[in-house]
Amino acid sequence: MSILVIAEHDNAALKPAVLNAVTAAVELAGHAGGDVHLLVAGENAGAVASEAAQIAGVAKVLHADGAEYGHGLAENLAPLVVKLASGYSHVIAAATSFGKNVLPRAAALLDVQPVSDISAVESADTFVRPIYAGNAMATVRSTDSVKLVTIRGTAFDAAAAEGGSAAVESTDSAGDTGLSRFLGQELTKSERPELTTAGIVISGGRGMQSGDNFAMLEKVADKLGAAIGASRAAVDAGFVPNDYQVGQTGKVVAPDLYLAIGISGAIQHLAGMKDSKVIVAINKDEEAPIFQVADYGLVADLFQAVPELEAALDG
Amino acid sequence: MKVLVPIKRVIDANVKVRVKADESGVELTNVKMAMNPFCEIAVEEAVRLKEAGTASEVIVVSAGITQSQETLRTGLAMGADRAILIQTDVALEPLAIAKLLKAVVDKEEPGLLLLGKQAIDGDNNQTAQMVSALLGWSQATFASKVAVDGDKLNVTREVDGGLENVNLNMPAVVSVDLRLNEPRYASLPNIMKAKKKPLETVTPEDLGVDVTPRVETVKVSEPPARQAGVKVASVAELVEKLKNEAKVI
Repeated sequence: MSILVIAEHDNAALKPAVLNAVTAAVELAGHAGGDVHLLVAGENAGAVASEAAQIAGVAKVLHADGAEYGHGLAENLAPLVVKLASGYSHVIAAATSFGKNVLPRAAALLDVQPVSDISAVESADTFVRPIYAGNAMATVRSTDSVKLVTIRGTAFDAAAAEGGSAAVESTDSAGDTGLSRFLGQELTKSERPELTTAGIVISGGRGMQSGDNFAMLEKVADKLGAAIGASRAAVDAGFVPNDYQVGQTGKVVAPDLYLAIGISGAIQHLAGMKDSKVIVAINKDEEAPIFQVADYGLVADLFQAVPELEAALDG
Repeated sequence: MKVLVPIKRVIDANVKVRVKADESGVELTNVKMAMNPFCEIAVEEAVRLKEAGTASEVIVVSAGITQSQETLRTGLAMGADRAILIQTDVALEPLAIAKLLKAVVDKEEPGLLLLGKQAIDGDNNQTAQMVSALLGWSQATFASKVAVDGDKLNVTREVDGGLENVNLNMPAVVSVDLRLNEPRYASLPNIMKAKKKPLETVTPEDLGVDVTPRVETVKVSEPPARQAGVKVASVAELVEKLKNEAKVI
């Protein structure tokens, strides 16, 4: 039995979280035996299948092609996963908005209770996952014959994107359910790295006072090659769009360096960033809870400190 | 069109959860409980659909222990018309809940299910997708906008890179995200009125559903604690430490 990874992509390229899922799959294969296979279901996504075949640790790429897979609709992907699942001990996906949408639907069709957002593999059937926004860690054992699992990308290193030479095999479509149609998307345009995979993240909170003031963070981000994030308070105040949100209800990040600017450090925000390697907090309130998790805290007015920081980075 | 809104009783979002010393779970005794915040958003949206004349009836349903009645009464006070409690002492998993909900849907025949995208206790983010699969209905998760358009439903979804628009056949299952609406507070008169609204109690046995858990909790432990670091006096000191001590820039 092997491990099947459902690959997320946009028909042109794989999403970075696939590499983290492959690492989790390789780890699972170490416990359960078997190979790691990747499912690329898309529309004219041959280039993605070729890219997937290069990933170190992947033994086979299953490529399903059809217009019904053009936009990652769960209604069409789930039956395809069900068709393939009997040959696998585990079916996994990264816990992105794509993976969270598709995997539970497939699990229900297989009469399996999926395990969401695991942060560690203990054995072939036992996993660790955060509950209560990361305020507790549950160790759980699945008794289902095939295990469907989503993995927390920040908890597993990215597999090498090159070095593999997997065979690409075509697999038949499971058809179009016709239940839903993709109309369009409005993706946030940014030249900066993606929030969940960036090595450095700089986030602003309510203390930023306005969306315009985020321009200060952008200048620092440009110098550091950082992604920009925000607390839920900043998003709720309308400073920045929701996809900037780091936290329990937003994105989970674990960069090498996380700069929290004008963020008080609500539990819900900490849940999304406390696994960062180094945390810096700049806040004028020295009692702010963010200082309890920060490696380096600076009690200062951010409107002075951030431009100073930007200037100091030139040095 | 009937709208069915499954809701969950969870530890209040403002309470700091504590792991039990024996690592069997988190402490629930004498802890303030409330409706899951995402479920409140789902109830609000359903009530707005009724106020707009799109929905004819809003039914809230919860599965759990007797005290889940309180959560259902909150939903009724927000404007739902009636409630169903699927009463059980078994700790239910999303698969079991999805099966229970399917049985309720088969009986009630709603045109739309609105659910929170996840409960803030287990953080599973599964039930909507699973009940949709069992029903063979369309699904839209993480909705930030929902508009009924004849026999179709247009939904804007919050996805990782931004927003996505989908068009669903009805009946449909929609899981809601934070930006969909701002839930109302129930007024005192409505809380009083809610006490007289119908609340029906059934059991998993009545619905013919086996709710035996598939995933065993081995233990629940404290997350690794993060130690507070040092305070720096200036931006210059901060940059120096990041460069030479932490070596991250």
